[in-house]
Amino acid sequence: MTESVSEPVATSGPPRMPVTVDVNGVSVSRQVEPRSMLVDFLREDLGLTGTKVSCELQVCGVCTVLVDGRPVSSCTFLTADADGAAVTTVEGLSDGQTLHPLQESFVDNFALQCGFCTPGFLMMSKALLDGDEVPDREAIVEHLEGNICRCTGYEPIVEAVEHVAQELRGGAHG
Amino acid sequence: MGENIVGKSVRRPDLVEKVTGAAEYCVDVTMPGMAHAKVVRSDRAHARITGIDVEAALASPGVVAVVTAEDIASLHARFGHIITDHWILAPDKVRYYGEPVAVVVAETVAAAADAVELVLVSYEDLPAVMDVEAALADGAPLVHEQSYEATGDESFKNLSHVEEGDGAEEVLSNIAHEVTVGWGDVDAAFAESAVVVENTVYFPMLYAYAMEPYNAVASYAEGALTVVSTAQHPYMVRDDLARVFDLPLSRVRVTSPYLGGGYGSKSYTKVEPLASVASWVTGRPVKLTLTVEEAIYTTRVDSAKVWVKSGFAADGTLLAREFDLVMDSGAYADNSPLVMAKAVNRCFGPYRVPNLRAKGLSVYTNTSPASSYRGFGAPQGNLAGETNLDRAAEQLGISGADIRRRNLVRKGEEILPGKRGIDADIPADLEMVVESLERDRKDVPYYGIGFGCSASDAGAYPISTAQVRIQIDGSVLVLSGSTEMGQGSRSLLAQVAAEELGVDLAVVKVVQSDTSVTPYERTTGASRTTTLVGLALQRACADARSRLRDMAAELFECSADAVRDLPGAVAGPDGRELDFGSVVRQWFGGSAGEVTGVGLLRRDGATQKMPPFWEVGMVGVAVEIDPETGVVAVDQLVTVADVGFAINPRAVEGQDLGAATQGLGSALHEELVYDGPQLANANVVDYRVPRVKDLPRKIDLMIAERRDGVGPYGAKGAGEGTLNPIGGAVASAVARAVGRWPDRLPLTPERVWRLMNSD
Ligand code: FES
Ligand code: FES
Repeated sequence: MTESVSEPVATSGPPRMPVTVDVNGVSVSRQVEPRSMLVDFLREDLGLTGTKVSCELQVCGVCTVLVDGRPVSSCTFLTADADGAAVTTVEGLSDGQTLHPLQESFVDNFALQCGFCTPGFLMMSKALLDGDEVPDREAIVEHLEGNICRCTGYEPIVEAVEHVAQELRGGAHG
Repeated sequence: MGENIVGKSVRRPDLVEKVTGAAEYCVDVTMPGMAHAKVVRSDRAHARITGIDVEAALASPGVVAVVTAEDIASLHARFGHIITDHWILAPDKVRYYGEPVAVVVAETVAAAADAVELVLVSYEDLPAVMDVEAALADGAPLVHEQSYEATGDESFKNLSHVEEGDGAEEVLSNIAHEVTVGWGDVDAAFAESAVVVENTVYFPMLYAYAMEPYNAVASYAEGALTVVSTAQHPYMVRDDLARVFDLPLSRVRVTSPYLGGGYGSKSYTKVEPLASVASWVTGRPVKLTLTVEEAIYTTRVDSAKVWVKSGFAADGTLLAREFDLVMDSGAYADNSPLVMAKAVNRCFGPYRVPNLRAKGLSVYTNTSPASSYRGFGAPQGNLAGETNLDRAAEQLGISGADIRRRNLVRKGEEILPGKRGIDADIPADLEMVVESLERDRKDVPYYGIGFGCSASDAGAYPISTAQVRIQIDGSVLVLSGSTEMGQGSRSLLAQVAAEELGVDLAVVKVVQSDTSVTPYERTTGASRTTTLVGLALQRACADARSRLRDMAAELFECSADAVRDLPGAVAGPDGRELDFGSVVRQWFGGSAGEVTGVGLLRRDGATQKMPPFWEVGMVGVAVEIDPETGVVAVDQLVTVADVGFAINPRAVEGQDLGAATQGLGSALHEELVYDGPQLANANVVDYRVPRVKDLPRKIDLMIAERRDGVGPYGAKGAGEGTLNPIGGAVASAVARAVGRWPDRLPLTPERVWRLMNSD
């Protein structure tokens, strides 16, 4: 299902430019400042506050979202560059009824505490599991190196992703 | 003992909200009509403010106001829960690079940020003291030219060894606080000692890096202030804000939603006064969110230089210890006096020390203010005490395990005279660590193992309250002023209430940290929630049950004594049973009403003796060093959580691994470095925290459950213990791997390489 939401062009303030982005399956059109970052567009313009911000320097991974399936740091990704693209955020992971297997596994494995880093880890892990190969532990560790968690000590996060990978493997072979 | 719900690793309900992105953190909170603030910060370490020109900023698009110290001069514009020395906005001079000088309020964050650049502050530089040596030198420039009134904080007086002043005129200096503790005849004992070992260690300046930076949204309207913030201790923030605006406590409301990490760094007041005065001046709700760089300049961890000397009998028995701790507390005291008081209590370790002299000095410098961090002064002192012990073991020709076996206190022994005896079997914990470490010890070059033990007087001051509200459908609301910052209290308190009332976990909902709604809680820190809030909650449940029995007695027309408790229900003498919801409905006579149980906890009975409990830290590490690069790989991390009883074992393990990982960060990577007036690495690129590839190869998280705590089911707190002794354990392991003793953390590859390759 696709719905289109438009806003009148702003009449004052800094110059703005139009963008149309598919966010979690909904097509959204807005006028944004050229300097608008994707994370601010998501959080402030669209009210999708699940995506978080911390370092603003592309080193913590907290703000990771998928743009056309590819993980990007939305803190340094221009909204203008997402024009015409499909963006998936943590809010788009579950269908509102059942949790995504990664979400289930994170809860089951105590892979979060404060949860501030979690949307980033979930999106990063989804990008990995959506790939062609079912990752092993080493690949998971390698892939998550760009995401910081200050609470858990990482082991439960790696375990949570491994569990889902194993299920995928089980599914593929059996 | 037949518990049904506690003691199990139940799924944490709050985690479900967090994985969907639905959980609301402070940074997600907005208020209608809200404006945005950005802070103009000092670019000098120490300078007199000669003028602030706000014209251009005010003319900038979207700017609502620029607030300076002058605008808030009619308020009590300082805060600080021990000493109110912390100016909200620098009034006449700045004391550190990054100090707030003005607040720009604008319609958008971007407009505020643009205008910050346009505020012109002129300064006249003053000589700065950038480290403790400079600050303590004769004739050193003063960071504060005045002394400030103490707030009379009760917990502080009780927890530290402050002598009451004799009223003599104070000589101004850069000493923010001084603490001493001791007993016996230290000099005589040193004279008798077979071996005396002394050394000095340097503990790095750290940043806790809770991933959600400090932020707050405040609204001052009609003589009342409402603040939503990242405060671990909303009630203490309320006290500070009430003092600033001279408001009754009841007219200040502070709420803490989910926190994106705290680790002690969100204890006490931070950005709340800035957002509040901005709202007071503009009449608009104002939101202020710091960047990570600004957060680093808001609160860091006290760095320390610790000198230690210990005397031993020939068999390794400790005869005397002496400590001299000096901490760099930065430009404002904040919680550093308490950090120092705790450091002094915790530096000598859980050992029999017949003669002790420990002295601590907390020093003002022109650097960012230091305050609480997980462990509260324990990691600083422990690094000195434990490496000193291991150096002694080497000289005495005994193992690191043996020297500890010889000196560890047994259960019930006092390590601080007059305080609670040790409520743990620490020697048994040590054996668990030794066994695990030795089992997987590798026989390779450049490999070393190290132990670390600590005991912290934990729990802070025992004042806690809790409420349970039994609903007409039998479901239960639990109210607590303790903050959920990731540690899992929301889930744990639900477990306790479900257990006590015999109801399903799914019908219990916990509401936390809203000073106008939830009952009083002093702090969320010092690992206190499980023990103290847990006890208050048990009492609240008992109170609710007693009220329900009284009501049921009326319905059954019998005496209250004849009513029996059942899980989620009561039974009358004739065997009639009524569930909680039915009791409430029938007593009120309609489908309405509720019953509130209240639990109050003070320093009395089981919680009379201080501290409420001892938090044990017991860790072992094995490291393997690459001699080419100096890189330290952690081969083994072994921890014991001596928690008495684990209400949620997986959550306890999570706390331990998290704390240990932060400890490994400070042992191997983390250090804030001043370069001239400012930090060289006030960002997460250059301030390197542990990442997933740094994971130890083997992790063994053990839990010792001996039901020896005063908390519910014999529980004691967790969450800090494992961090405290990691630094010393790593330093000793590295020393054994390379044959030389490091004297400072972090043990970066360069430092280790130099250690190995120096003459
Ligand atoms: S906030 Fe974007 S990577 Fe850290
Ligand atoms: S769960 Fe708190 S930062 Fe990862």
